[in-house]
Amino acid sequence: MLYFAKWKIGLILAICLAGLFFSVPNALRGQADGLPSWWQPVTLGLDLQGGSYLLLEVETDAVVREQLEALVESARAELREARIRYVGLGVEAGAAVVTIPDAGQRTEAARLLRGLDSGGTDLTEGAEGRFSLTFQEQALIERRTQAVEQSIEIVRRRVDETGTREPTIQRQGDSRIIVELPGVDDPQRIKALIGRTAKLNFHLLDERVSPEDLAAGQMPPGTTVLPAAENNTDGPPRYAVRKRVEVSGDRLVDAQPNFQDNQPVVSFRFDTAGGQRFGRVTQGAVGQNLAIVLDGAVISAPVIREPILGGSGIISGSFSVQETQDLALLLRAGALPAPLTVLEERTVGPGLGADSIEAGALASLLGLLLVIVFMLATYGLFGAMAVVALVLNLFLLLGALSLLGATLTLPGIAGIVLTMGMAVDANVLIFERMREEARNGRTLMNCIETGFRQAFKAIVDANVTTLVAAALLFYFGSGPVKGFAVTLSIGVLASMFTAVMVTRLMVVVWLRRSRAKALPI
Amino acid sequence: MPALINLIPVDTKIDFMKRRVPALILSVVLVLGAITSLAVQHLNFGIDFSGGILVEARMPEEPDMADLRARLNTLGLGAVSLTHIGDDARDVMIRVQQPDDTTEEQENAALEAIQGVLDAGVDYRRVELVGPKVGGELIEAGIWAVSLSILAIVLYIWFRFEWQFAIGAMVALIHDVVVTLGVFSVLRLEFDLTTVAALLTLAGYSINDTVVVYDRVREKLRKYKRMPLVDLLNLALNRTLSRTILTSITTLVAVVALLAFGGEVLRNFSAALAFGIIIGTYSTIYVAVPILVYFDLRREAIAGEDSEKEEATGGAASGSDTPAAPMIEGADGFVPSPEPEADDGDDSAPSGGTGARSATTRAGNAGKRKPKGRGSRGARR
Repeated sequence: MLYFAKWKIGLILAICLAGLFFSVPNALRGQADGLPSWWQPVTLGLDLQGGSYLLLEVETDAVVREQLEALVESARAELREARIRYVGLGVEAGAAVVTIPDAGQRTEAARLLRGLDSGGTDLTEGAEGRFSLTFQEQALIERRTQAVEQSIEIVRRRVDETGTREPTIQRQGDSRIIVELPGVDDPQRIKALIGRTAKLNFHLLDERVSPEDLAAGQMPPGTTVLPAAENNTDGPPRYAVRKRVEVSGDRLVDAQPNFQDNQPVVSFRFDTAGGQRFGRVTQGAVGQNLAIVLDGAVISAPVIREPILGGSGIISGSFSVQETQDLALLLRAGALPAPLTVLEERTVGPGLGADSIEAGALASLLGLLLVIVFMLATYGLFGAMAVVALVLNLFLLLGALSLLGATLTLPGIAGIVLTMGMAVDANVLIFERMREEARNGRTLMNCIETGFRQAFKAIVDANVTTLVAAALLFYFGSGPVKGFAVTLSIGVLASMFTAVMVTRLMVVVWLRRSRAKALPI
Repeated sequence: MPALINLIPVDTKIDFMKRRVPALILSVVLVLGAITSLAVQHLNFGIDFSGGILVEARMPEEPDMADLRARLNTLGLGAVSLTHIGDDARDVMIRVQQPDDTTEEQENAALEAIQGVLDAGVDYRRVELVGPKVGGELIEAGIWAVSLSILAIVLYIWFRFEWQFAIGAMVALIHDVVVTLGVFSVLRLEFDLTTVAALLTLAGYSINDTVVVYDRVREKLRKYKRMPLVDLLNLALNRTLSRTILTSITTLVAVVALLAFGGEVLRNFSAALAFGIIIGTYSTIYVAVPILVYFDLRREAIAGEDSEKEEATGGAASGSDTPAAPMIEGADGFVPSPEPEADDGDDSAPSGGTGARSATTRAGNAGKRKPKGRGSRGARR
């Protein structure tokens, strides 16, 4: 027990030096950019460096609903083309339903309906020719997953476009997205940008609808009422819009804020297919109104004077410059497949973050100082050894956190302070045991040997239980609390190493040099 | 260099067990009181759990609180509280707790409305918005975390000790958690995610304390087979008392530094820890250990160790080279006083040729013996 092999001493020293080495960048935080990526200071959590944490939920139900509606629209077109008479076409309780009154046409209708969505749907025929079309479970899961993945991609593009430094965007659970924005202290603009679906579609207005019908909300099938967008102050408050999407915003390849007659506008450009389609639509509808619909509201509905063949156009409205910039950004980044809801937001300003670091540092130093004084007063020389071990423990902890790229949060700092209190516990256990053995009249060697060996079992059991609690904390906790669990676990592991190995080494060296005959505590 | 001071009396002979009945009554009263308070006035949930909005802002200049409050109230957001926070008179904290049926959209709109009321030039120090859905999930995760960690810790103790110890540890843990919750409820301290972290930490700390004493109880049980259990528990408690107090003091000292200087955000966390350390230390001495008396600890624990005991004693007695320690354990008529502490010959295997050899022999002979790692450790050195 009291003999250390050379390689063991070397290993212990090497670990301690590595701890020191990887702690160094924390003193050079100002020049961290110039340091290699494996030799960086510990990452500060959003609560310390300031920043914003957003938890978003993708409303995947909306995707399914939308796809059912699309299914209904294609059913309408197909049935009409096949001259099959139908009634009661619409969406009901998660299914697209239609009734075919003529029994002779039902087989043909079923064939058409089955072919609507390239597989993935189930068709059931009820009484009196009532068909209902639902998505299969697997297809639903796929669609939801796809919607979430697409949303993450689009959120990332939008956040990147705002110029936020080092954002983190990741999926959580089935339908949630975590967005972390370091350094952002007022996320309102980003929230507004992220939260908007930004689905741009071009529809034709339905001229058959009279102003009276519009006011009464009486629409022919395939036509719906859409409100004017907020910045559409020139036009009427409501529009009768054909449901059929003529060209969709997916086809945009570029959008830029621009000016026309000194008014801020957004100019856009379609890809080739979109441009051709746009040309065809405008060619066939000269004289009609083309509604530009963003997120279910009409921005404007200009009259098509001539076919627009160049594949580019302009969206005008009563925009401010900022609004055209944001709209252009949104159109470039693409539309979200489904609306996003902010479930949770936590923002810490840089001021509070700096204050927290200061408070944490002060509390740590003070705690360290008090523990040092206490250990020296109680155990004298051995106390000094424990203090050396404690300081090494802190370096190991800091070094490990830096090396692992772990995030230090305010509760994490609390974890460090707590570690200091608990790290000396192992030494207290050992020293108290030595004292006890000494009182029983054992020789010095014997006391030290027994002290370390007997205390070791208790130390292991005691620390494993703490690790168990920390592991569960890590699993169930979020953000700052996870940071606490990480610091606590590493602190406990490091303290076992320093308190047991390093202190023992020091005691052995002391024993050899001093040739003492009695325990100095 | 000798120790400068000696805070802890050595060789205490405090009869902790004599006070076990009043102490257990006190514990029961504490737990019942805590449960009553939790049932009557619940916990003062922070927005982490209740859902809602918290805005901490530094105004450009010291605000007119009455005016600000009036303007916030015109928003019609439900229960809005406006308070000063911290040392800077310009700092205000606004908390909004909305009815349960509030949707995420409404909450986001409420936050925007509040930010509209605060004028430009405001420095937002902290903005938190927790939707009702997330709040509910966080409560659930917190309950799971605390229950599972108690369970995991208890399983570990069961694995390492005997089942009686596991039950004792569990009772002590539940006692600590419930009483701490009760204190939060009685004092209306805000209960949030970091408080749950503190609860788990104190569970880890309290069990740490308990394990150290249990470890000693187990050691003494193997050594003094005939000592009445009450005396034995007293002995173990007294032997570990100096360590218990020292560790509690160092940890408490560090936590008090945190409480005093760790800032507003950590205040509840440090308060829970500081209290938890005190209650954890108390529960080790007066709950976890005394409860062992009420189980049939002695016979069972020893039954499992009997064979080892006899072999080990024999081996150590013949091979021991420790002259100062007479082998008295197991002797009839042993006086159940803590003194003189005997050599724990069963597993001491002192350094030196004979000891090591005897340890090897012992390990080799011990056919039925549970492997504990001690014998082999002795052999290696």
